[in-house]
Amino acid sequence: MSDEQRFLDRLAERNAQRGDEPTWIAARRQAGAARFEALGFPHRRIEEWKYTDVRDIARSDFALATDAEFSPATAAALTLPLDAYRLTFVDGVFAPALSDLGALPEGVQVLPLSRALEENHEAVGGPLGRLTGVDFSSFAALNTAFMEEGAVVRLAPRTVVDKPIVLQFLSRAGEQEVMSHPRILVEAGGRSEATLIEHHVGEDGAANFTNLVEEIILERGAILTHYKLQEAPLKDRHIASIHIEQARDSRYVSFNLNLGGGLVRNDLVSDLNGEGAEAIYNGLFYGQGRQHVDNHTLVNHNALRTFSRENYKGILDDRAHGVFNGKVIVKRDSQQIEAEQSNANLLLSDRAEIDTKPELEIYADDVKCAHGATTGQLDEEAVYALRTRGIDEQTARGLLTLAFAGEVMELVDLDAVSERVELAVAGKLPERFNLAGLVETASAFNEG
Amino acid sequence: MASQEMEELVRREYKEGFVTDIESETVPPGLDEDTIAFISKKKGEPEWMLEWRLKAYHQWLKMTPPSWAHLDYPPIDYQAISYYSAPKRPEDRPQSLDEVDPKLLETYEKLGIPLHERAALAGVAVDAVFDSVSVTTTFKEKLQEAGVIFCSISEAIRDYPELVQQYLGSVVPQGDNYFAALNSAVFTDGSFVFVPEGVTCPMELSTYFRINAANTGQFERTLIVCESRAEVSYLEGCTAPQRDENQLHAAVVELVALDDAKIKYSTVQNWYPGDEDGKGGIYNFVTKRGDCRGDRSHISWTQVETGSAITWKYPSCMLRGRDSVGEFYSVAVTNGRQQADTGTKMIHIGEGTRSTIVSKGIAAGRSDQSYRGLVKVGPRAKNARNFTQCDSLLIGDTCGAHTFPYQEIGNSSAKVEHEATTSKIGEDQLFYCQSRGIGEEDAVNMIVNGFCKDVFQELPMEFAVEAEALLNVTLEGAVG
Repeated sequence: MSDEQRFLDRLAERNAQRGDEPTWIAARRQAGAARFEALGFPHRRIEEWKYTDVRDIARSDFALATDAEFSPATAAALTLPLDAYRLTFVDGVFAPALSDLGALPEGVQVLPLSRALEENHEAVGGPLGRLTGVDFSSFAALNTAFMEEGAVVRLAPRTVVDKPIVLQFLSRAGEQEVMSHPRILVEAGGRSEATLIEHHVGEDGAANFTNLVEEIILERGAILTHYKLQEAPLKDRHIASIHIEQARDSRYVSFNLNLGGGLVRNDLVSDLNGEGAEAIYNGLFYGQGRQHVDNHTLVNHNALRTFSRENYKGILDDRAHGVFNGKVIVKRDSQQIEAEQSNANLLLSDRAEIDTKPELEIYADDVKCAHGATTGQLDEEAVYALRTRGIDEQTARGLLTLAFAGEVMELVDLDAVSERVELAVAGKLPERFNLAGLVETASAFNEG
Repeated sequence: MASQEMEELVRREYKEGFVTDIESETVPPGLDEDTIAFISKKKGEPEWMLEWRLKAYHQWLKMTPPSWAHLDYPPIDYQAISYYSAPKRPEDRPQSLDEVDPKLLETYEKLGIPLHERAALAGVAVDAVFDSVSVTTTFKEKLQEAGVIFCSISEAIRDYPELVQQYLGSVVPQGDNYFAALNSAVFTDGSFVFVPEGVTCPMELSTYFRINAANTGQFERTLIVCESRAEVSYLEGCTAPQRDENQLHAAVVELVALDDAKIKYSTVQNWYPGDEDGKGGIYNFVTKRGDCRGDRSHISWTQVETGSAITWKYPSCMLRGRDSVGEFYSVAVTNGRQQADTGTKMIHIGEGTRSTIVSKGIAAGRSDQSYRGLVKVGPRAKNARNFTQCDSLLIGDTCGAHTFPYQEIGNSSAKVEHEATTSKIGEDQLFYCQSRGIGEEDAVNMIVNGFCKDVFQELPMEFAVEAEALLNVTLEGAVG
């Protein structure tokens, strides 16, 4: 039996248990399955997957979770200590007990997908799948075939959400490996403003597969700050396809922070369709052990005077493998474009590997586009300088590594998020240090 | 500039486009084992060479043309190409310029390269390739004195078989890629250079290529070997007459540098780019690779690419030897409907290897240009360094400029930097020049030449002058 067939059999099994569905869902499910069958799992001879081998996913036999039981104590420890509106999913299944929506302000809807479909499936059916169709990748097709849970976030025009909206995805350790295909839909009305935090985390030893598809629609002047904090257990597999459509003067700020997961692939695509639209991509990936982290980003400048700025930092230790592929496409007649792209990588071990490709495809002449990529290691002189000030070697290296990530992390204004990153990257630093001051000093060394 | 003037400039016919009427001895179009046997026999090659060619041919049959490049052209019918063409009377080769067919000399005159004058004035030995057979080789004696071998590859196969057998295909194996396999099966000529241990070649070596007979693909094979502490600078330049049908050119260049050896390879490429509708023009699919086999060896590629309808070319360096150095300096200009997908590969294998890449791309008209490069640092390449700078300049809003730099870094002591920019000619720069009485076109030429300076200064003197002129000619009519 082929790998693809095993997944299709799981789908047939699941479909048999399903009750009646609106016809459009059934039809898309079918289209997704057909496309997945036709494409098959990607292999390394496909340019987009040149450096990422997904056989570990293809050859596994994943079941689908049926409940959302999770130890409240563990959940509490994993949850970000933030005052927020929160939806929690356990292996893809909605967990009302771990969710907290409080009183949502007027004009804000945060719903599990299943409930949004129950309430008004047609309102979901319109936008869903418009940005990320089944042709995007075989994983997007697979997600479409299996879609049943996820989140819908709707912001009425001119709504400013007072607290962050957190979508928390928990992965359980268990005998049977499971897969989930969450689907997130965000519709931000004109001049609305919100912070969305997507948090992937789980129990040590979990080895599941998350295949996420996320569609974000920003109407005119909408502003969305999107944190994706991926701290999945080290054996988890994580594939995410995120597509953002931006109307005139909208602004999308992404923090794509990857600390966990054994095999990780993020696809981030922005369509800047209206004049003045702006996309800011900040990224950090930290790999250790045998982690494989692949970030593919694409910004389509489809309109006049659109802006994009991208800054990805990679830190790789042990035998970790990092991949960065950033692409900017400037369409013909999209004039007065500014696009900047930068990827800097730090290799901490001789067996770590980074494959990076910052691409520009430009069909208009009145543009200012630049990209850069660098790979290097910690400055031994800076390590020495810190040691002469009585800091032990391990801490010194931790601090310098943190300083390397500083350019991205200093833009993060949620302490709960930056603390997680600091802990993962630099380890637990002795409390007697004034961390902020030291990081600054270390930054100065790095620059000097 | 008045639009009418501009129109005229744009329509200006290709200056180097003319056809010399020489009866060629040409085989009918098509490729099979017989064609290869014919070529091999015609060249008086030993049995092992024929076998080598056939092996390449059989590998080629199993391969498919690459499709990953950012290029758009109709499929090539390899059976419609004639694989051998030689000027008449190959048996009584001229020994000096006086014996050269006057029509040939006339062609050189038209090109503005008076061979004897040039050779005498510049002190350059010229191995002129007219179609597929070397017609004349000068300064041979002087080179012989120094112990340098500089001859056509066919002669080398006959006269120095052990050297050829040792090095041919050792850098670009027969099955390396589709076009290299094709070249290995059917190559008809090219140059062979061997610089023995400790010798610095007393002059710059140069070959002028020229594609002539219609429907004849040209398959050059160049092999340059520098033994320990040897040094050579090699110049390659070419123009081609105007043709209606696409001409295929699939050359292979192999460079081998042993311990402390230094090879500098410079190219000015100005083949017919096709007419204003993109009709005709040369298809240029070239495999160029240098092997820094020895410690502290040094290979440098410099290219100025202005011609050809399609360019597919990635001069590369395999940095195997400890502390070996690879360099790539490139200016690529595309206008009209030209398409170029070009760049380099720097493969760091040995410890302490260093490489520098400077690539300047200028796109005008309705052309499309891509820089595609790879910097790979292997796990054993401790302290490898690379610096890459690739800039694109866009002239007009109907062209495209793209950058695809690949970096594969597998060593934590590596330092790799890549920088790229894409922009148009600054309005303020133009205004500055014009306000000082410099005409628009001159101002653009000046700015473009400045943009390319980093590369031009790497070119040998004679080429640098030619390259600047060529750049101006290529961009004529592109600005308005």
